[in-house]
Amino acid sequence: MKDFEYAAAATLDEAVSLLAARGERAKILAGGTDIIVQLREGLREADLVVDVKKIPEIMTYRFDPASGLSLGAAVPCYRIYEDGDVAAAYPALADAARIIGGWQIQSRASIGGNLCNSSPAADSIPALIALGAACKIAGPEGMRSVPVEQFCTSPGKNVLRRGELLVSIQFPPPAAKSGSHYLRFIPRNEMDIAVVGAGAWLRMQDGVIAEGRIGLAAVAPTPKLAEQASRFLAGKPASEETFRQAGELARQSASPISDMRGPAQYRLHLVGVLTRRALAKAAERAGA
Amino acid sequence: MKSPLRKNKSKRLPSKANRRSVRRAAQAARRSTNGRTNGRAKVPKFKVLGTRPIRHDGADKVTGRAIYTADVKLAGLIHASMVRSPHAHARIVSIDTSAAEKYPGVLAVVTGKDFPNVADKIAELGEGAVNLAHLSANCMAKDKALYKGHAVAAVAAASALDAAEAAKLIQVQYEPLPAVTWVLDAMKEDAPLLHDDVYTDQMGKVGKKPSNVAKHLIFEIGDVKKGFASADLVIEREFKTQTVHQGYIEPHAAVALWNADGHLTIYSATQGAFTCRQQTAEVLQVPVSQVTVIPCEIGGGFGGKISIYLEPVAAMLSKKSGRPVKMTMTRQEVFEGTGPTPASFMRVKLGAKKNGKLVAGEAWLAYDAGAYPGGVIGPGCMCVFSCYDLPNARVDGFDVCVNKPQTKAYRAPGATHAAFACETIIDELAEALKMDPIDFRLKNAAKEGTRRVDGPVYPRIGLVETLQAAKNTPHYKSKLTGKNRGRGVACGFWFNIGLKSSASASVEPDGTVALVEGSTDIGGTRTSVAMQLAETLGIPAEDVHPKVGDTDSIGYTDVTGGSRVTFATGLAAYQCGLDIIRQMSERAAMLWDCKPQQVKFDAGVFRNGRKSITFKELAAKLPETGGGIIGRATVDPQGATNGFGAHIADVEVDPETGKVTILRYTAVQDAGKAVHPSYVEGQMQGGATQGIGWALNEEYFYNDQGRMTNASFLDYRMPTALDVPMIETVIVEVPNPAHPYGVRGVGETPIVSPPATIASAIYHAAGVRMRELPMAPYKVCKAMMEKASM
Ligand SMILES: Cc1cc2nc3c(=O)[nH]c(=O)nc-3n(C[C@H](O)[C@H](O)[C@H](O)COP(=O)(O)OP(=O)(O)OC[C@H]3O[C@@H](n4cnc5c(N)ncnc54)[C@H](O)[C@@H]3O)c2cc1C
Repeated sequence: MKDFEYAAAATLDEAVSLLAARGERAKILAGGTDIIVQLREGLREADLVVDVKKIPEIMTYRFDPASGLSLGAAVPCYRIYEDGDVAAAYPALADAARIIGGWQIQSRASIGGNLCNSSPAADSIPALIALGAACKIAGPEGMRSVPVEQFCTSPGKNVLRRGELLVSIQFPPPAAKSGSHYLRFIPRNEMDIAVVGAGAWLRMQDGVIAEGRIGLAAVAPTPKLAEQASRFLAGKPASEETFRQAGELARQSASPISDMRGPAQYRLHLVGVLTRRALAKAAERAGA
Repeated sequence: MKSPLRKNKSKRLPSKANRRSVRRAAQAARRSTNGRTNGRAKVPKFKVLGTRPIRHDGADKVTGRAIYTADVKLAGLIHASMVRSPHAHARIVSIDTSAAEKYPGVLAVVTGKDFPNVADKIAELGEGAVNLAHLSANCMAKDKALYKGHAVAAVAAASALDAAEAAKLIQVQYEPLPAVTWVLDAMKEDAPLLHDDVYTDQMGKVGKKPSNVAKHLIFEIGDVKKGFASADLVIEREFKTQTVHQGYIEPHAAVALWNADGHLTIYSATQGAFTCRQQTAEVLQVPVSQVTVIPCEIGGGFGGKISIYLEPVAAMLSKKSGRPVKMTMTRQEVFEGTGPTPASFMRVKLGAKKNGKLVAGEAWLAYDAGAYPGGVIGPGCMCVFSCYDLPNARVDGFDVCVNKPQTKAYRAPGATHAAFACETIIDELAEALKMDPIDFRLKNAAKEGTRRVDGPVYPRIGLVETLQAAKNTPHYKSKLTGKNRGRGVACGFWFNIGLKSSASASVEPDGTVALVEGSTDIGGTRTSVAMQLAETLGIPAEDVHPKVGDTDSIGYTDVTGGSRVTFATGLAAYQCGLDIIRQMSERAAMLWDCKPQQVKFDAGVFRNGRKSITFKELAAKLPETGGGIIGRATVDPQGATNGFGAHIADVEVDPETGKVTILRYTAVQDAGKAVHPSYVEGQMQGGATQGIGWALNEEYFYNDQGRMTNASFLDYRMPTALDVPMIETVIVEVPNPAHPYGVRGVGETPIVSPPATIASAIYHAAGVRMRELPMAPYKVCKAMMEKASM
């Protein structure tokens, strides 16, 4: 590792101009639980590290049942699960925040960092996808918004262009009779990266599922929305059989690889199991 | 899914169930140390042994003051970085160091060319032997890199960052060669050959063609053919295990100063200062007297810190730069460049009579040795049937070179593999014969007089008592209920050796004793050894102040390995105590004007008739009766002290994911005499935990180029605190006849049983026999699906 410069930007404009000037050689620092490790291990290199935690917009944390949650990109995970209202409104998000590392990590690590690190196995992203969240991005050309499922483009890569940074993640207001859940499979009980992760969100109406969304991790080059399986849920009863079939459909949208975290066949099998379990718990939380 | 729930729980205090099991374990321990033993000999009453004093090195360890090698700072210290082969097998065509030498701050660069050529010579290292030419080439490759991570060059610079940057500038030109990483592949005729000077040695008969198979061992007793012919039931199975690492928390580190007068001083995280000195001196071709090794505190070794890696490299960099040089490894370097334990393929066959008596056994064991010959196949062969009275048996063992780091000892080296195979078949036999698995083992248990397949006849051993104690545990007597749950049991054996140890101690005028001993302390042995001296002198454990000496300040002592220290160095401390008592008796005789023989010593008091003086009082009189007293002893006990254990596990298997949760775990073991019961329990729990890791998730993953893909603790999955329940312990004490206090070693035996124990539990929970380690979720799941589709 070589020495690098450090700058703590105070405004979005300052961050954007620093990033635009240095391009690839500048790296953003939020909680640092990915980037510091990667710099130390030589997986990434930087001439300039831009700390964004001093920028007010990036630290916003605003929840209103009517307008939803605006989660600043660098807000640490613990804020989410320690906030009873938010944890109740977006249980899948709280599930993810609770399992990213241990509490030391959760005191620093942010959902925005998890998203921007863009690992195919990131724990928060399937939950964000299931919850229908959107990314608010600032850049030299101003602000834009991108749905979470379109944010990641390949392992470690995302739609952010030169000079751009993630400002916040916007969650729609919690719908009545809705529930969500995120779970992952890991071989141990801690300190593992998801072999497969599944997030599910359901909204019930008139005794059946009105709409549902399923997000998957570690089964493709990016976390993804299981579109077919999600569409299938609408109008179906919240039953084991529905969830099993949704699990089968979710498998079809998965294209896992074999690596030290698990063989592809096993991952495909787990997609079915985890999707079913995630849906069952989401339904339970929706009061189905 | 269990994991998120379990994790939340862990963030609070131990759960009720956990606290209960802690209490249960403590009760069991108390029961076992209340002088209740199963031995024949009358049990002496001890004052110090069997108590639990605070460890002498405790305050330094918990306050962070203890000095580990990476903490050593010397005036003018510089730092070095290693360049390692990215290829699993390659010829080194050329190395260009010029750019690195010009990098600012660089003070020295070394490659294989800087090291003397060492002739093929076998050096005994206490626990195992080593070919010095191979040792030298393992520390720094000469013409060929034999595994990914093999050291090929090193740079020393003013700062560690400079050294790391300069290391990137060293240009090594490789000619990649085909690599072989799986033991059976390496045994094939057309396998890529690692060495052109290694020939198969079959019990002294040497092959004519170079081969990856360095050794073919054969052990045989009785008449195997006849034995199997007389069996009513024969079961033969094949087993595989993957490479696992010792996983000590402290990465290797060394500091070397090659002084202007030619004397070399080395600070090292080593399991044996003297063997470190010997190896380093041989590799550098200097006399041992020119080298002083100062052993620092050590953050775990488990057998992996007997061999040297960094020491000669740091020394050579120091010689070239004239500065003291520090080298430390990263975790990746530890995984890729230091000794793991072998992967293996095993075929084992056992035959039994309907009445449950074993009549014959056969084992064919192939263990990989890693890049250089001399792996742990020998003890594997000796241990495979070591728990049983088996009149007819044959064992074939193969030591096979592959393109992986050279394998090293890991806690009961070779025994865990073999026990996994043998004990799994024992479990199947017991099931087929409808016998309780402990009863079946009791029926066949080795005892005094049983001959092991490799020859030795056991003296008094405690396997029967251990099995009986296991049967009587609250755990085994409890009923296991619930779906997808099962219970398993298995035995384990390790030799626990003797070998050379030294101790010296001086009596202080305040009645305390300063003890210097030569065994580096990995498991609390400083205290266990001090306690034996205290017992001998009749003084409190706290009145002995133990220190681990460097190679100039204590007599020759073999490595801390083979579970030998509490036994052998303890024996040295005992004899050192007798030497002190003899000299103190002379002083008492001087005071009382009598003959030394008239002075009797018992429980800390010297007497002659009605005259008496305590150890402490007499110590105060030393200055006026001739000055200080130094006791000393060197010992070299031969043979094994034979430690047996039995483990019990309850598991639950997730029927959809194959994930195994250990619900309850009990380890039972014969300690001979538990000198410090907390340490014995700690060893049993630590060994069991490592065995659980090996059983469930630990393995090296290799890609098709022979490169390890999981060289970090993230993806090399050792168990965390959340993966292991409180391990209950029961200490059995069948005194070792070869030690005055009955001590046997304890450190290694407890790693041997877990894989077989858990395999048996998984079978009873999920109906599948797992014959491959690790029994990771993906494998258990596959086995369950295959069974369901049958
Ligand atoms: C011990 C340990 C355990 C872990 N366990 C888990 C786990 O269980 N599950 C899991 O998913 N992850 C885990 N991680 C990874 C990591 O903690 C998470 O990904 C975390 O959410 C990252 O957040 P951060 O704020 O620390 O990000 P940082 O490290 O600060 O940043 C991460 C990446 O995003 C970029 N970035 C950060 N903020 C912005 C922004 N506003 N705009 C654009 N780019 C930005 C950075 O440049 C960097 O590339 C673990 C890490 C450690 C060290």
